[in-house]
Amino acid sequence: MSLRQAAIAGIGATEFSKASGRTELQLAAECSLAACADAGVDPKDIDGMITFTIDNSDEISLARCLGVRDLAYTSRIPGGGAAAAATLYHAMALIDARVCDNVLIWRAMNERSQYRFGQAPQGGNMAGYTAGHGTGSLLWCLPFGAMTPGTWAGLAARPYMEKYGVSNLDFGRMAVQQRKYAATNPNAWFYGKPITLEDHQNSRWIVEPVLRLLDCCQESDGGVAILVTSLERARDLKQPPVRILGATQSIPRNVEVIANFYHDDLTVMPEAEGTAKRLYRQTGLGPQDIRAAMLYDAFSPHVLMQIEAFGFCGRGEARDFIAAGEIAIDGRLPVNTHGGLAGEAYIHGMNTMAEGVRQIRRTAVNQVSGDGHVLVSSGMAGAILARA
Amino acid sequence: MSTPPSMDSSPDSSAPKPTRIAPIPTLDTQFFWDAADRSAFVGQQCGDCRAFRFPPAPMCPSCNSLNTQIVELSGRGRVISWIKPIHPPAFGFKEPPTVAVIELDEGTRFVSNIVGIAFEDVRLNLPVEVCFDATMGKHQVPVFRPRSAS
Repeated sequence: MSLRQAAIAGIGATEFSKASGRTELQLAAECSLAACADAGVDPKDIDGMITFTIDNSDEISLARCLGVRDLAYTSRIPGGGAAAAATLYHAMALIDARVCDNVLIWRAMNERSQYRFGQAPQGGNMAGYTAGHGTGSLLWCLPFGAMTPGTWAGLAARPYMEKYGVSNLDFGRMAVQQRKYAATNPNAWFYGKPITLEDHQNSRWIVEPVLRLLDCCQESDGGVAILVTSLERARDLKQPPVRILGATQSIPRNVEVIANFYHDDLTVMPEAEGTAKRLYRQTGLGPQDIRAAMLYDAFSPHVLMQIEAFGFCGRGEARDFIAAGEIAIDGRLPVNTHGGLAGEAYIHGMNTMAEGVRQIRRTAVNQVSGDGHVLVSSGMAGAILARA
Repeated sequence: MSTPPSMDSSPDSSAPKPTRIAPIPTLDTQFFWDAADRSAFVGQQCGDCRAFRFPPAPMCPSCNSLNTQIVELSGRGRVISWIKPIHPPAFGFKEPPTVAVIELDEGTRFVSNIVGIAFEDVRLNLPVEVCFDATMGKHQVPVFRPRSAS
């Protein structure tokens, strides 16, 4: 049998909030159902399910909510949000290999009302920071007061800042652009609330001298689901198919999840460089073929370093690229047109991938002009999306 | 061994009462924390190809040997990244600590605190040496101070 081409046939989401008022399983069921409805696929026909290792909902519980008849495959990806796009990679492979016909990807969490990633663990409660989620190395940070994602990201970003003279003001220009996008996105938590560079510089330090409050993603409640089918099948469904031209993952030697300061050159993001190299080789495309990019933005520096890793500018040049307006809607590479995880919501990168789908469908509230493909990258994994 | 400025005596006790959280050992890392309790800074070195590795692991990534030796490290290195966590406050610290990534002379990296120097005075590649600081539960962790001129 020949390989099939995979396509995204449906996307679905709950509202994004700070207190959903319902269980994570219910959020998972609601967003999954919405993705199926968007595609016009009966949820009972789902035969593959993929989520993150740290998602709290059980596959079988969710499958029973949805009335799934016969689940042929399940898997989970480690690495948290950094690997978000690896879910597309798995789904593509399952479709290409004819293992599944309707693959559901979901991520649902009450990550504001029920627990908060951004809080320092009190009294040494380290539940979750264990090997198996890709976060085992965090145990080497906690007794030293590096207890939050911001501290780990700050330690990883400072050598880049030192080498290229990048300052927190440079991150501010990125944050201002993302909030500008969010301000016109009715689904964004910060809808109607743009910020100025002055607002950014007046926001309190989270980690000196790297991150201010407005450099940090939100903590959010909500769920996002993506339904992947074959391109052939997607053509007969409700939405214009969004082809997954390529999807891949890269975890180079000594790269760690967020506590990422053990690899050779701390002034680059080797996992994103590896993802770019593999993705461009897989598709035969290059940065010149990409019209817009949806980049995982747990913290501002991640966006600059991914822009460089994917070759949209040279190393150390992302701050100038951003200052020149290139990530704005009329720029060379609009980035995170939904407002990013900082502006729209933090659903662990899944909502950012959904925005990539909307850009290809031409249904985004901040729609980019012209043709071209859309890159979605979460750092350790990425995909290139295209019209059928 | 040094006591960093943030580790003041608590008002209700004559002896200093550590507030830093204790290390969290795993089966693969217990040896390291046991050594730290004895004020020894140790690491794993391959018994065959002599490569150092960190974090601890049962196999040498260079030659895949299981022949692992626990050796005392120089305790010397240089600062390659450093930050000050402001919000949320680092649990167990009265003042924000200086958190740093130290590249040890052996070539491995270690996250720790820099003590005995103001945050603003730390510079890239500052030479540092190990000392130890007490934690809750009567344990110790390695921290680093600027290397003495000698």
